[in-house]
Amino acid sequence: MVQVFIPSQLTSYTEGVSRLEAAGDSIARVLEDLDARFPGLKFRVVDEQDRIRRHMRIFRNGDRAQDLALAVGDHDEVLIFGALSGG
Amino acid sequence: MSAAVQLLVGTRKGAWIYRSDAERKTWSVQGPIFLGHIVNHLVLDPRDGKTLLMAASTGHLGPTIFRSTDGGETWAEAQQPPAFPKAPTNGEAPARAVDHSFWLEPGHASEPGVWWAGTSPPGLFRSADGGATWDSVAGFNDHPMYWNWCPADGGTPDGALLNQIQIDPRDAAHMYIATSTGGVFESRDQGASWAPLNQGVEANFMPDPYPEYGQDAHYIALAPTMPDRIWQQNHCGIYRLDRPGERWNRIGQAMPAEVGDIGFTIIPHPREADTAWVFPMDGTEVWPRTSPGGKPAVYRTRDAGANWERQDTGFPTQQGWFTVKRQAFCADQAAPLGLYLGATNGEVWMSDDEGGSWRTIAQHLPEIYSVVAAPL
Repeated sequence: MVQVFIPSQLTSYTEGVSRLEAAGDSIARVLEDLDARFPGLKFRVVDEQDRIRRHMRIFRNGDRAQDLALAVGDHDEVLIFGALSGG
Repeated sequence: MSAAVQLLVGTRKGAWIYRSDAERKTWSVQGPIFLGHIVNHLVLDPRDGKTLLMAASTGHLGPTIFRSTDGGETWAEAQQPPAFPKAPTNGEAPARAVDHSFWLEPGHASEPGVWWAGTSPPGLFRSADGGATWDSVAGFNDHPMYWNWCPADGGTPDGALLNQIQIDPRDAAHMYIATSTGGVFESRDQGASWAPLNQGVEANFMPDPYPEYGQDAHYIALAPTMPDRIWQQNHCGIYRLDRPGERWNRIGQAMPAEVGDIGFTIIPHPREADTAWVFPMDGTEVWPRTSPGGKPAVYRTRDAGANWERQDTGFPTQQGWFTVKRQAFCADQAAPLGLYLGATNGEVWMSDDEGGSWRTIAQHLPEIYSVVAAPL
């Protein structure tokens, strides 16, 4: 299982939980697993063209993911952050 | 008869609901609702009197629609918010993604459960299940002229908009939409096909100042008792069109020259087809978009735009620099008519005498994007 960090902007979907586990062998699959358990979460992070939204950031073990196809494995950590987005 | 009204206020930082007593003298407040969320529109379904839809996004998160059926106490998120179809991978067309829903329109009275949404970038979406799921309206979004009507580099500081949807109360298939990049469009087949409707409307930022399309239609409204009459507050003036005519008449030319006829919104009287109100803003030089001269006022016509009268009693007489955005001016249904406007400085103003005098009923809110009045 992949370890996932959920930012404060999304904890309304996860009943306040910010650290949880998810299944999947890519960023996309991890997000799909999260969306199946917390409906609506994925679309707030990724648009309908499968692009990570402008003010969201996803990292795998500290490296920024630019592509949802990026592979992840067991024990990898996926961090989702809300980036700076103005006042 | 009670004149009690509820005001649905959307702001840059959440939503609030104000409810009046029967005389519209005292107000209670509910909120903030979704504090920190950008709420472009909050609308009550007039067909059931209880369903609220909210167009929301945040600085970080993608756009969505929230729905309440208990007066805003609890909310559920749309299962499938407005979203464009997946773009073809051949690169023939740019891949569009909804940045935010801007306008929510309850469907025709004969179609309970149907809603329409306008988005940025310009897109038209339809829900047939009370706002739970939304489909792209291909008749507009995939129209062969879409990229001419809605060029990717067009738009307002907050992005190009399909900022309004109006439905003919006599015919569910007859619709008008307003855009910031192409002007007004008309459909007579419920959105399957569209044609520009911009004759006589200026676009002074284009090489041809009177193009077939390309205008920035800030707001359109059908006269409720005469739906063949369309009022328009455009980026380039105030207009009126009486169908089946095709050519708009710039009725804003009768406005005082020192005030001009630029603004974001125009509100028709619900019972008097010749009466409407505007809230002018400064559209000179660098376009401050503030109250002209720092002296806020509404202007009313009672003769279909031939003459305008200033109504400013109660507003600041100097150093008042707010303005009123597209969805932030509205009327109730009472007699005498109540008018409400939400200002960019976070104040909600009301008049209970058809614009004769104004007072604040809320202050210190975030920048107000929308104010919608509904019976209580």
